[in-house]
Amino acid sequence: MPASRTPFANHAANTMQVQSMHFKARAGKKLADVKLQAALKKLQQNFVRGRAERVAELDNFAAIRDAGAEIRERALAHLDLYLREFERNANACGTVVHWAESAEEVNRIVCDIAHRYGVREAAKSKSMVSEECGLNEALEAAGIGVIETDLGEYILQLAKEPPSHIVAPVVHKGKDEVSDLFEEKHGLARKTGIAELTREAREKLRPHFLSADMGISGANFVVAETGSTLIVTNEGNGRMVTTLPRVHVAITGIEKVVPTLEDVATLMRLLPRHGTGQTITNYISVTTGVKAEGDLDGPEHFHVVLVDAGRTKLVGTDLQPMLRCIRCGACMNHCPVYQSVGGHAYGWVYPGPMGSVLTPMYAGLERARDLPNAATMCNQCGVVCPVKIPLPDLLRKLRERQFERRLKPLSERAGLALWAWIACRPALYALATKIGVRLLARMGGPEGRIRSLPFAGGWTSGRDLPAPQGTTFRELYAKRRSS
Amino acid sequence: MRVGLFVTCLVDLMRPRIGFAALKLLEAAGCEVVVPRTQTCCGQPGYNSGERAGSISLARKVMAEFEGCEYVVAPSGSCAGMIRTHYPDLFRDAPEDLELVNRLCARTYELTDFLVNIAKLERVPGAFSGTVTYHDSCSGLRELDVKEQPRVLLGQVTGLTLKEMDEAEVCCGFGGTFALNYGEISSHIAERKCANIEAASAGAVVLGDLGCMLNIEGRLRRRGDMKTRVLHVAEVLAGDAGE
Repeated sequence: MPASRTPFANHAANTMQVQSMHFKARAGKKLADVKLQAALKKLQQNFVRGRAERVAELDNFAAIRDAGAEIRERALAHLDLYLREFERNANACGTVVHWAESAEEVNRIVCDIAHRYGVREAAKSKSMVSEECGLNEALEAAGIGVIETDLGEYILQLAKEPPSHIVAPVVHKGKDEVSDLFEEKHGLARKTGIAELTREAREKLRPHFLSADMGISGANFVVAETGSTLIVTNEGNGRMVTTLPRVHVAITGIEKVVPTLEDVATLMRLLPRHGTGQTITNYISVTTGVKAEGDLDGPEHFHVVLVDAGRTKLVGTDLQPMLRCIRCGACMNHCPVYQSVGGHAYGWVYPGPMGSVLTPMYAGLERARDLPNAATMCNQCGVVCPVKIPLPDLLRKLRERQFERRLKPLSERAGLALWAWIACRPALYALATKIGVRLLARMGGPEGRIRSLPFAGGWTSGRDLPAPQGTTFRELYAKRRSS
Repeated sequence: MRVGLFVTCLVDLMRPRIGFAALKLLEAAGCEVVVPRTQTCCGQPGYNSGERAGSISLARKVMAEFEGCEYVVAPSGSCAGMIRTHYPDLFRDAPEDLELVNRLCARTYELTDFLVNIAKLERVPGAFSGTVTYHDSCSGLRELDVKEQPRVLLGQVTGLTLKEMDEAEVCCGFGGTFALNYGEISSHIAERKCANIEAASAGAVVLGDLGCMLNIEGRLRRRGDMKTRVLHVAEVLAGDAGE
């Protein structure tokens, strides 16, 4: 099929431009979105419970989690060595390895590969790194048709929307919305059952698997000792994309390298359990080199693009633990903020706690001022992280950087400085609080609740402030001691 | 044993009676309690906002004030957690202070944790007639493993029935400055907590932290629930919660 006839050309709305500066406004809208709220409830029920059940099945879970964190940390400690080992072993089985410093470079490399092999249509399985780069748009601009084959991503491509979750990209949409969308875009009778909708999508996708000249995938891991890339999927589209087209391109971050297949086995005990609440996914596809003589399938040309795009800025810093991330999504599934506003509010590829660390680092702290702060620091994310990333600590480190670079509002910086200054001076503190609590107590009236408070509208817009008792502990205690 | 009571700023300002309840419980457990008069704040608001300098000054002040105490006890998982788990990070660039910091960390406890595991309080003074549900505050639960301790103690309160709510371990949405800066989201999370409290049909929700207390009570009242009481675990255990 010529590129111009693909139904997905020109969907600029899918470009992942950074919108994180609009977090507050977007979050407000999402809180009021009834459909989204219903969809997010389901996520909590399915993924949160699923993870808890799957983890409970492992009697040595804590040890596996320790091992998982250790593997990731070891890979990062010797990142250069493992990446070079990967390249060597990949080259040995016919794989070409490319190094991309930036998103633009990724797009250029992939477009060049496509042109070199005369590719007209590419079939993609899910790749969040390609979302970082806006790869689909770049390919289409270069005249190459692109079709997303992961069901969720396919729906989003039709709807011209970005993903809102790294594992379940279309979690923000209800089934009815998908029915409407398919009816409109496919021009077929409206289906309502999930099985029917899925079948319809499969029938639409099947010809593309066969006609595409190039398959594009991400990689959950790249394995240094074998030079393999590995993807973890449930729908089987990943297997088709990596084996059917004559050219295959895998795009992934440099941090995804692990030393051995044995290490992958350990991490695979954690990833599906934490991601989707499965003991194992339906498919784990390992691609090692090009189709060799006697092989039944596999690509004739296999290219791996290893992407930096901000990652090396974290290596060797106090934020390095973030690079351990295996993209399971457990942190967002369990996050009370993500559960309230969904992924789109975060304004870029990666939402939730992991995204609140990655977006400021990859897209710029100035462009994502809210993200490190829009967290209650409840540490539910840190507790459920399969590779023990101390997410709240990392968010706090970003807050420190914001404070140092004066990226926080003056009112907040001044307020905190004033509080610390007064609290370091007990006599002044005693006087100021003595007056303050009396004032607030009076504002609370006989019911003892304050409905509106200047300078604290954020608090009182959605709840009362219970008034103080009216006398401080230190006053009452002093009185008791002297009586 | 000589125990320093770290009252915490929110108890000092908002709910002094909780400070006195904590005092009563520590004395009931046979402790000699001292209350350093100059104490103010542990420094958490600044620390969690990325403002380290002021927090370091406050931490030094806390260390000096409680130097002579065998233990430091706070009626708050959040403030005790700040000292125990975050003070070492606050002094990460001052290795000369680390020994003093670590000594403070090792002897700082959340109130119910201290009563159960260190003071081994044998008889809880309070009585309470009614059903309560318990909200686990994030810092106490996830930084200090405070989970069973308040339940063990509440189990000894004559007349009290504990009925667990759904999602007792899920955050109430307070988050310090988060509640002010992201009020809409914060209230939305608080609403979910209130719905779980309501579904438990208990007369009171009991908890161990002032931040959660103000947040949950504020949201309950705003949504029109004037009945469900919001009580600190110390008030209930001390018998200061009334009927």
